[in-house]
Amino acid sequence: MVILFELALTFYFAATIVGVVELFKSSRATTRLLLILAAVGFGFHTANIVTRFIIAGHLPITNMHEASSFFSWCIVLLFFYIEYRYKVGLLGSFIMPVVFLIMLSSSILPRGIKPLSPLLQSSWLAVHTILAFLGDAAFAMAAGIGLMYLVQEHFVKKKHLGSLFQRLPSLQSLDDINYRLISIGFPLLTLAIVTGSIWAESALGSYWRWDPKETWSLITWFIYVFVLHARLRAGWRGRKAAYLSIIGFLAVIFTFFGVNLILKGYHSYLQ
Amino acid sequence: MRLLITGLNHKTAPVEIRERVAFDGPKLEKGLRGLLESPDIEGAVILSTCNRVELYLQCADPERVRHYVVEFLAGFHGVNQQELAKHLYIYADDEAVRHVFRVASSLDSMVVGEPQILGQVKDAFEYSLKRRYTGVLLNKLFKKAISVAKRIRTETRIAENAVSISYAAVELARKIFEDLSEKTFMLLGAGEMAELAARHLINNGVRDVAVANRTYERGVELARQFCGRAVRFEDFKEELVHRDIIICSTGAPSYILYRKEMHAIMKKRKHRPVFIIDISVPRNIDPEINRLDNVYLYDVDDLQGVVDANITGRKREAEKAEDIVNEEVVKFRRWLESLDAVPTIVALRSFAEEIKQAELRRLMNRLGEVDEKQKRLIETTVSAVVNKLLHPPTVALKDDREDRDVLIATIRTLYGLDAPKDKKNHRQEPTSEEKEGCNR
Repeated sequence: MVILFELALTFYFAATIVGVVELFKSSRATTRLLLILAAVGFGFHTANIVTRFIIAGHLPITNMHEASSFFSWCIVLLFFYIEYRYKVGLLGSFIMPVVFLIMLSSSILPRGIKPLSPLLQSSWLAVHTILAFLGDAAFAMAAGIGLMYLVQEHFVKKKHLGSLFQRLPSLQSLDDINYRLISIGFPLLTLAIVTGSIWAESALGSYWRWDPKETWSLITWFIYVFVLHARLRAGWRGRKAAYLSIIGFLAVIFTFFGVNLILKGYHSYLQ
Repeated sequence: MRLLITGLNHKTAPVEIRERVAFDGPKLEKGLRGLLESPDIEGAVILSTCNRVELYLQCADPERVRHYVVEFLAGFHGVNQQELAKHLYIYADDEAVRHVFRVASSLDSMVVGEPQILGQVKDAFEYSLKRRYTGVLLNKLFKKAISVAKRIRTETRIAENAVSISYAAVELARKIFEDLSEKTFMLLGAGEMAELAARHLINNGVRDVAVANRTYERGVELARQFCGRAVRFEDFKEELVHRDIIICSTGAPSYILYRKEMHAIMKKRKHRPVFIIDISVPRNIDPEINRLDNVYLYDVDDLQGVVDANITGRKREAEKAEDIVNEEVVKFRRWLESLDAVPTIVALRSFAEEIKQAELRRLMNRLGEVDEKQKRLIETTVSAVVNKLLHPPTVALKDDREDRDVLIATIRTLYGLDAPKDKKNHRQEPTSEEKEGCNR
């Protein structure tokens, strides 16, 4: 079990290295190598999550180690989907480092499997968390794509058309995918908040308790409302949309790590 | 070696000469047949493009063919032989091999790295191959040339970047918009370079075209050429709201579009991106508008800068490509030399076989009555001795070593294989079986 996680981490690390190399010198071979390394890592990662699921008897997302591991699992899953669907050149170079960093932080957190606290024993656990994590993964991907947009836009504006410019996708396709990802992430986040409050009502008696996680989720939600509204109403596309998707993802990261580690509440795993 | 190339290209001959010696249409077939009528020519491929006319020949005696072929070319096309000879180059041996490799990989092209030439080389080869006008040597040479060209394309970035202004404009448009077929385009003004760039965009998928010209009639005429519609010049600013790609070349003495105006237009466009190419000198578009979000403005110097950078890049890549060519030429020479070893081995073996048969006959005569079993035993033993003696030199000949030339020469001298009787044998084209054998 421990070995599975370490193997996944190692393969993601290797994929990250290949991703960085690709920024400077890419070929069909390096692209394929990155995908193979990521896929093997993903295989071990999945096995790790399934094993923990069998041992614990519930979805393994009840401590920080498991949660961040599951988060990066969702990002890799989405990465494969985007790669398969749009074939975005160099996406791996921007996404695999994020995956690796989240996995690395997961690896240094305590890994013990504790019995589930009675508060969390509900079928809402799986529904609520899977929605939230998939939404967050979409936002992570949108931020990665946004960063690629900013790099590529810089090249076009400054008229510096080197080999990285050649290999990065077009501005329009990056902007389109960014928008699509946020349109996927936003309803998922909304549903996660709705299912969470229904669950809170049945378990704790009230829909909304201003728990820090709830507050920050709401802030994140408003940021993405703004991102979508600005794009559709005021034409905030391209560079502005890219910046906003990165800001949005920073809010996601704070909601995820910051709230759990700094602020406390019943979402906090550090009982 | 029995390989000879003669021809001319854009570097050695002006277009007036090139077009006169071109093998277009039925001339290709006639030319090939004409060449093969010569007993010295065993195979021929003709490559005839707008930039080059080249004959690739496999021949028994390159020296004789060298003169014959110039005569043939001049006679065939009815041009003065001395005049023609001034523009011709002739390559043999390694130089010929290198030339084919360089041509196929576009190192010898006017625009280094251009992709069409490989297809043209393939077509020329396949034409002769299908009609059995090629020999083993030409087949191997062309197959190798095609694979060398592919190797160069994958291992270097020689064919990657745009090297003309209008192509650079298309490449940029693709990096901004991805799919050009859904984009709208306006030509503002006219001019040779602007029209060329417009045509490039249209060839690359742009369908919705508008033309705004100061002289409305000229605009209508251009619009008809591009299957678009004409717009009155005074209305071009309103039109910009609907146009994603603009090429501007009006000849106005000052700016005709300022940042403030463009800002207002962008609002109306809901900030959909716009790519403006200003190839007028002096510039017609306020360079400040490049600072607006989602506006990408390139002037003629910017595009030239892109092109220059790409050309420098290609030159660097071309050096890498030349290294690959050199490496492959050496490999090809090795292959050719292994071919030369085969006749030597054959000659050596037949030399030994003759001695063996003669000595066996003498022995049998002297022994008189021998039964069948003993006779076979004697023959087997003698054969074994001969084979064992011949085995080391055969292996050495087949071996891919640096000094094989010397070795072949030595063996031929030692055993007198170059005696007049064997000379003809040596010249003979080895059979396909032998060739397979020497590749193993």
